[in-house]
Amino acid sequence: MIAALAFYLFAAILIASAVMVVTARNPVHSVLFLILAFFNAAALFLIAGAEFLAMTLVIVYVGAVAVLFLFVVMMLDIDFARLREGFQRYAPVGAVIGGILFLELLLVVGSWSFADQAEDLRLAPITGDVTNAQALGRVIYTDYVYLFQTAGLILLVAMIGAIVLTHRQRPGTRRQNIAAQVNRSGSVLLEKVPSGAGIATLGIRRPPEPEAEKPKVTHEAGHGHGGHH
Amino acid sequence: MTQPLLADYFPILVFLVIAGGIAAAMVGGSLLVARQKPNPEKLSAYECGFEPFDDTRRRFDVRFYLVAILFIIFDLEVAFLFPWAVSLGGIGWFGFLSMVAFLGVLTVGFVYEWRKGALDWE
Repeated sequence: MIAALAFYLFAAILIASAVMVVTARNPVHSVLFLILAFFNAAALFLIAGAEFLAMTLVIVYVGAVAVLFLFVVMMLDIDFARLREGFQRYAPVGAVIGGILFLELLLVVGSWSFADQAEDLRLAPITGDVTNAQALGRVIYTDYVYLFQTAGLILLVAMIGAIVLTHRQRPGTRRQNIAAQVNRSGSVLLEKVPSGAGIATLGIRRPPEPEAEKPKVTHEAGHGHGGHH
Repeated sequence: MTQPLLADYFPILVFLVIAGGIAAAMVGGSLLVARQKPNPEKLSAYECGFEPFDDTRRRFDVRFYLVAILFIIFDLEVAFLFPWAVSLGGIGWFGFLSMVAFLGVLTVGFVYEWRKGALDWE
């Protein structure tokens, strides 16, 4: 009863946010509605029993892909008013192409027939004794090993492609050299200070010099002690 | 609709409802109770470093995108590790070595990006 209620709630929100993705004027809002749609789809996966898929959807799509979409939307500096300029001129051509696509879709969907066992296989991912993730793990790494390794290679290609396309060595910038930074010695004085003695008694602080120099010197001495102990 | 799985997630549903209720109560309470004296300066959005009246889209350095895409790739890698970890007892050495090969392929990419300096932020 609660499951059915939750299903209709999440499905309704999913469809509403999907409609908003398409109709929102601001593409940033579209992406935010897409994130809402992802969350609701994850809830639907949970109701269907696909626990691992639901969690993956939240982790990968909401956590990473949606952020990437936001980046892309914000990086492309598109002026939508200028984009819509020739709308009425191109509308008939677009309508014809859209109509052809719609007819093709109708043909495809019209000749669609469900397999005989589809009704029984509907809840097949839920095996009785193991969890969803375990059932997936039993087949991915052994029965589907080639597809699994191909997925790894695709990830490698994506990684190298992103680096090749976007990574630039900028001349004249300074990088942090951690080894040199850690090895640095001699310029920092480490001194054990008895508590309550004050640094002036140890002779660490330079003797007071002309007035203008004084505040800076005390600040440096104090900072050196506080920061590098 | 009567899987035991869903019963495990029922507390999360309860938390979702409570969270929504608290959020609605906070916004609604401030709408109902608080004194509202708006002026244009108060109503303008406060943003650090951004002009309040501007298009939300602005050009970013492409390096942010590079960091995001590298994050996605390793995120997916970790997502593959979860079913492997729970079913490791049943898939034997073949399954183990198959994951080792997968991780090896991605380690090649990791070494590449490290050597290229894609992880440094100048």
